[in-house]
Amino acid sequence: MNTIRYIIQKEFKQIFRNKGMLPLIFVLPLIQLIILSNAATFEIKNIKVGYVDFDHSSTSDGLMDKFTASTYFQVKDQFPSQQLANSAMLNGDIDVIITIPSHFERDLLKEQKVNLGLQINAIDGAAAGVTNFYIQQVVSTYNNAIRAELIQGNLPSEMLPKNLLTIPSFWYNETLNYKTFMVPGILVLIVTMITLFLSGMNIVREKEIGTLEQINVTPIKKHQFIIGKLFPFVLIGLLLLTIGLVISKVIFSIPINGSILLMYGYTIIYILVILGIGLFISNFTDTQQQAMFISWFFVVIFILMSGLFTPIESMPKWAQVLTDFNPIKYFVEVMRMVMLKGSSFQDILPQIIKTSIYAILMNGLAVWSYKKTV
Amino acid sequence: MSVRDENIIEVEGLTKAFGDFKAVNEISFVVKRGEIFGFLGANGAGKTTAMKMLIGISTPTSGKAKVAGFDVFTSAEDIKKNIGYMSQKFALYDDLTVRENITFFGGIYGLKRQQIKNKSNQLIEELGLEDVKNQLVGSLPLGWKQKISFSVAMLHEPKIVFLDEPTGGVDPITRRQFWEMIYKAADEGTTIFVTTHYMDEAEYCNRVSIMVNGKIEALDTPQKLKEQFKADNMNDVFLKLARG
Repeated sequence: MNTIRYIIQKEFKQIFRNKGMLPLIFVLPLIQLIILSNAATFEIKNIKVGYVDFDHSSTSDGLMDKFTASTYFQVKDQFPSQQLANSAMLNGDIDVIITIPSHFERDLLKEQKVNLGLQINAIDGAAAGVTNFYIQQVVSTYNNAIRAELIQGNLPSEMLPKNLLTIPSFWYNETLNYKTFMVPGILVLIVTMITLFLSGMNIVREKEIGTLEQINVTPIKKHQFIIGKLFPFVLIGLLLLTIGLVISKVIFSIPINGSILLMYGYTIIYILVILGIGLFISNFTDTQQQAMFISWFFVVIFILMSGLFTPIESMPKWAQVLTDFNPIKYFVEVMRMVMLKGSSFQDILPQIIKTSIYAILMNGLAVWSYKKTV
Repeated sequence: MSVRDENIIEVEGLTKAFGDFKAVNEISFVVKRGEIFGFLGANGAGKTTAMKMLIGISTPTSGKAKVAGFDVFTSAEDIKKNIGYMSQKFALYDDLTVRENITFFGGIYGLKRQQIKNKSNQLIEELGLEDVKNQLVGSLPLGWKQKISFSVAMLHEPKIVFLDEPTGGVDPITRRQFWEMIYKAADEGTTIFVTTHYMDEAEYCNRVSIMVNGKIEALDTPQKLKEQFKADNMNDVFLKLARG
């Protein structure tokens, strides 16, 4: 036990003495939190719309007014022909072309049905999907308004169409604020990246400067060494989490509905997983450069497959299976559940169990892969 | 000096092979308790590889070796409790102070807090480090670093201390002081196993072995080696052997 204390003491001294690293550990991640939380959003604003109106009726004007009135759209131009509109799209001047066919108003009144041409720049497929959804909403709102107008007076009340209305009610993030959704996730990334990089480069650094050999000729036990290495990084991770939570609360007003204790408890288990991975990498590499590359490799995969930026449900089956091995996925889930939903210990028990098994496994591997012989 | 008739290191047919290349090729020798044993050889002759097997951080390919009564194959960790080691590359923490380095290594050798305190004070006084004890080791000159390394290797009062080119790159005065430290340790009963490229240092040893291409080609007292090879000094002995 005493031996471990001496290692911890030494690690702390080295970390806090490294004037170059300290700001990197604590300041950069918080800048990341602030920038990314503001920038990483799925909301699309200022969609540039061009349109071709072959009808020139009050109905078509009314439709375009709806777009102009919306804050999401920026109606740029009316084009006299489809070709001109197409070339504007090609130049990148507009993202969407709405084509209103001739006899739009007449057909709408007579046949109750009319087709509207819609072209969306889908280079960014996800954005195009969102744009399409917005446009549908504007059109259907307008559609309902027209129908209501037509129906009034023309038809007896019992024949009024029974419109099916969806009343959305958004839970846990009532204002549909993307920051509420993103901040817990980005906090996860920061804790993960810093602890993984620090631990990944730690043992290999001692290899490089030769001090590991000096350690290896002492009777120190392998698990003592690894535990001594883990401990300071767990504390750094928790410190980062704390600063991050304060920023979330103060700057972004993110609610913290669940138990803070539960959040910290889970974070400890989670950080142990990451540190286990880091030390494992460190044991298998010979230079800090190699360790850094491998750490990056895993971080990128873990982040992109964590459900943070893209929903896991929309991944192919095999990818969904892979995400079960992604610790970040569990941490993102837990943070969102506890922070936004106020989930209890029972609710996140599956994540706790899986993460604990993962932690034991990875740290077992870290101890095993640390060889005192060359 | 108190060399006793008790083998503290016994090596028989010890071999380390990397693929087809035998870095250490069936070497055999014994070292007596309290002896200063010089382990010589040209660069690449296999000295460091052999030493790493004896200190338990490299597993031999074949052969037998016992260090401080423990087998290198089965009891490497027991060996480590009984030996000190100073590598040819400075291996203390540059970003810790003299005192912190001593405390750390004392701690992982399992010394008690009070013991560490006493030892540190004693070492700092003996080495004349009073003025720099709270300075980062990285800022000290090489000669001082080497003396601190040696002291750290001696911290837990090991039976044997392995020194891998301890005086490489150090000025003559510091080298002299260094050897005084070695003599003092040997006087107190510590066995010294030392590699060096300085042939004047070889003369200070009780016995010397010379390795050439992974084999021990000569092993005796400096005096007898000079007679055997009809040489005036150890330098000539070494040249005759190493050139083949």
